[in-house]
Amino acid sequence: MWNKRRDEEPVKPYSPPSPVANPGPIVPSPIEPKKETTPVSSMPQGRFEPERSGGSATIGKAVKIVGQIFSKEDLLIDGDLEGTVEALEHKLTIGPNGTVHAAVKAREVVALGTIQGNVEATERIEIRKDAKLVGDIRTARIIIEDGAYFKGSIDIVKPEPGKAPPKPAAPAPAPAVASHTPAAVAVAPDTRR
Amino acid sequence: MQLPGPLKNILRGARGGIPPERPVPGANPQRGQYPSRIVRGEDIVGTRQSRGLEQFFGYIRDQAGLTILDLGGATQQNVNFITNLGHRLYSEDFLQILHETFGVSDTVDQSNPGRIDYFLRQALDYPEAKFDGVLVWDVLEYLEPPLLAAVVERLHKIVRRKSYMLAFFHSDLKLEAVPFYTFRIQEVSQLQVAQQGTRRPAQLFNNRSLEKLFGKFESVKFFLTKDRLREVIVKV
Repeated sequence: MWNKRRDEEPVKPYSPPSPVANPGPIVPSPIEPKKETTPVSSMPQGRFEPERSGGSATIGKAVKIVGQIFSKEDLLIDGDLEGTVEALEHKLTIGPNGTVHAAVKAREVVALGTIQGNVEATERIEIRKDAKLVGDIRTARIIIEDGAYFKGSIDIVKPEPGKAPPKPAAPAPAPAVASHTPAAVAVAPDTRR
Repeated sequence: MQLPGPLKNILRGARGGIPPERPVPGANPQRGQYPSRIVRGEDIVGTRQSRGLEQFFGYIRDQAGLTILDLGGATQQNVNFITNLGHRLYSEDFLQILHETFGVSDTVDQSNPGRIDYFLRQALDYPEAKFDGVLVWDVLEYLEPPLLAAVVERLHKIVRRKSYMLAFFHSDLKLEAVPFYTFRIQEVSQLQVAQQGTRRPAQLFNNRSLEKLFGKFESVKFFLTKDRLREVIVKV
């Protein structure tokens, strides 16, 4: 009976047999691959891989937010946003499915989707191929890939000499799940209505 | 005489806007077809010296903080070059907006006043005397007379007096279709040229017709080049 059930189990990566005859509670093998705790994405594979190493909050592509976002960590928006978004000392990525109708302020902005609104990036802004940005840009450095659509003005603001750009906060040693706690991103409801 | 509806194009001549069925000789056959939108997969044609560009930057080089309008869409090279001179750059993808408004192969009549008004609001909606220079490139060749007149009139309004515009026109009047390019500034007098496709020009101009077109402006200066491209500096 046991043998039969074992046959039905999916194939697992090889792990060396434990020398202990009766192992007791199961301890994960050191070479067993770690499973991601982040939500599974349904985006096409190989097109866009958000950086997870430093920890970043994610607004998924099925999410729409109307209001203000203040982020104290890197933020990926792959859904819809109307309002404002500020990540003054962090990186803001608008994913390929992201649509942002908002004033944007961040240390670094990477656009792969659509932004309609003025963008202020203290360090740099990247407008990737197939991205669309309609609005005025203020930044120290701009990168525009061929195939990107941009309509608006560009103001290059050189950082003052001697004044180092704000450095991102060191990533917490906590597990990846911690970076997705709601406390890191404050979403204020839209009070304009 | 202009006939209405589907008969409209019958009397339009070789420059009237019916896209050629056959690819243009010498052009990439894939690109001889008219794209549904401007595709940025470009063929780098090469670099060319540009006296017109040199002259244009000669006027703005020693100043800083000017506001320059680029009608060729945003490219990394142009953004870097102009912002490194200390100027503010406005970018408009003029041909993309033209295609979105009137269709790639003149599916919508360019003499429709409502459409012209809509187009101007999309592409050139700026306050009076906003700009200190305009890089027009070759986009005016694709406009039919009513739209062209409206665009030139609007440019005259939004550019500050005594400022300059740089425009390119093909000088071979027998062309049936011309390549449309992305111009990337490499140096003060050197451009990298990338071909995006071919398109039938709505009009072709000689010096006389260009002087007439920019009759409202203070002066027009021509630079004839070897590659049958006429560079024009227009002083507002």
